[in-house]
Amino acid sequence: MKTAKIARRTLFLIPVVALLAILLPSLVSTYYVGLAVQVFIMAIFAMSLNILVGHVGLPSLGHAAYFGVAAYSTGFLYLAGIKNFWWVMTLGMGIGGLTAALFGLLATRARGAYFMLVTLALSQVLWGIAFKWRSFTGGDDGLPGIRRPEVFGIDLTPYSHFYYFSFIIFLIVLLALFILLNSPFGYALRGIRESESRMKALGYNVWLYKYMAFFFAGLFAATSGVLWCYYTGYVSPVNLGMDVSAEGLLMVILGGSGSLLGPAIGSGIIVLLENLVSGFTERWSLILGIVYVVVIMFFSEGVSSILKRVRQE
Amino acid sequence: MAFWIIQTLNGLSFSMLLFLIAAGFTLIFGLMKIINIAHGSFYLLSAYLGLTVMRMTENFLLAMVVGSLAAAAAGIAMHSLFLRRFYLKELQQVLLTFGFVFVIGDLCLWIWGGDPFSLPKPALFRGSIWLGNVVFPTYRLMVVLVGVILAVGLWIFQEKTKYGAIVRAGVDDEEMLRGAGINIQMVFSGVFGLGALLAGIGGIIGGPFLGIYPGADLEILMLAVVVVIIGGVGSLKGAFLGSLFVGFVDNFGKALFPEISMFTIFAPMAVILAIKPTGIFGKIEE
Repeated sequence: MKTAKIARRTLFLIPVVALLAILLPSLVSTYYVGLAVQVFIMAIFAMSLNILVGHVGLPSLGHAAYFGVAAYSTGFLYLAGIKNFWWVMTLGMGIGGLTAALFGLLATRARGAYFMLVTLALSQVLWGIAFKWRSFTGGDDGLPGIRRPEVFGIDLTPYSHFYYFSFIIFLIVLLALFILLNSPFGYALRGIRESESRMKALGYNVWLYKYMAFFFAGLFAATSGVLWCYYTGYVSPVNLGMDVSAEGLLMVILGGSGSLLGPAIGSGIIVLLENLVSGFTERWSLILGIVYVVVIMFFSEGVSSILKRVRQE
Repeated sequence: MAFWIIQTLNGLSFSMLLFLIAAGFTLIFGLMKIINIAHGSFYLLSAYLGLTVMRMTENFLLAMVVGSLAAAAAGIAMHSLFLRRFYLKELQQVLLTFGFVFVIGDLCLWIWGGDPFSLPKPALFRGSIWLGNVVFPTYRLMVVLVGVILAVGLWIFQEKTKYGAIVRAGVDDEEMLRGAGINIQMVFSGVFGLGALLAGIGGIIGGPFLGIYPGADLEILMLAVVVVIIGGVGSLKGAFLGSLFVGFVDNFGKALFPEISMFTIFAPMAVILAIKPTGIFGKIEE
């Protein structure tokens, strides 16, 4: 009853937000349009990670692996002369998903802190390859000069075009995740989070559900990796690094893992904060560290829960 | 032949350094289920502080005392002021320690700059000796010796003393330990401090041959992670064996296949994960 009331009261927000999102490129400078693109891409990444963190209760510390693998695939495909976006996206998601399918075999047998350790180590394997195998990956110089493609005859090179495009992809992923997580599959995942033994007793193949969740999380992370490569125009080992994985987790925690859009809100706050801080101080790495500590110490239940508490008081 | 002897000794000394770092990491993980991402930061902090002490006093031993005690103090502060509040919340703890990686790393960059340094060796161990027909730096032999002494010391501490028994009991069943009237928070802080201390000693010992530079913190951490996964989490024996394995494989990998040297240590790790997910000496979790 109460949630229905709140839902009705916040319903008017949807057209307002939609209108703002559509008008944004004509309201602000290209710098901020670029930031908005970053928010959309990292939101996809954080939402994909939240399949594992929020729904299955498996906090992956190596989610950058699928993001980075897809970004590298995009780079290699571009350099191989494949310019068709849909081909690149399909192959990028395929390779990212395949990586997740492989790593998932090793990681989903662990749980809790050990699961984090294993996922971290597996992602670092790829980081190591990207960093050291200079003749293949370009080492820490990465692969530069990747240009954005044309889609349906529209050149995505201008920020405003790419903004609308990544916004649409974001909405598609949002819809796909909504369907996935509200399906019987999604309910089973949350059942596993609450009690693995009970789900086993009910006859669910718990491991298979965990494995599938791991795979889907990697698949959607790959989507964001492809977009990110097109956004920055190059790919480097940083895209596979622990920084990206940890940032995703921070976004999930900050936005709250309980709702579909929570991680997206977390992404918005972190991306804006990072760019703001790095604009006015050289010590942005120090500040970023403090942001991690502050978020965990004061916001570890998520922003939305704080709003809820304020409303109740 | 000379190549193999030198590389074997290099591998052995690197293994001992790895053990110092991995032992602290695995103790902390085994007892508190905390993945201390900042473990390498303690290494780096101690090495930089040691550098400053060496420049001022030329005294290696003093550098080790100052560096490792500072690392231990930082570890205890981190645990009792921050991590303690998130007992068994692995995700929150990991991200907190990750925040400290940025904080400590950037503070070091601020104070000591971005240039790589190499910690001067202690005056006594600057020379080389002839082993048969091979010249070998005495410092590396000293590292092997220190590593073995500390390994034996840790083993005696864990197996033969009352405090070691408390820690072992905590790894197995931390609730029973509370029931026995032991102040578990003191034990936790103590072990966290010990782990950081060992990483700090590692920073001083490793400073002369691995160098001190921004980014060394995460490289060291990753080596510890691989060692611990191979050897089994929470086990000193596992950390020792894992260190020997990684130390040798990494050393020979770098010498024989430089381009894929990362892969040579990660590939065995993946194989072990596939065969025995808890590592060679790890216990099966319920």
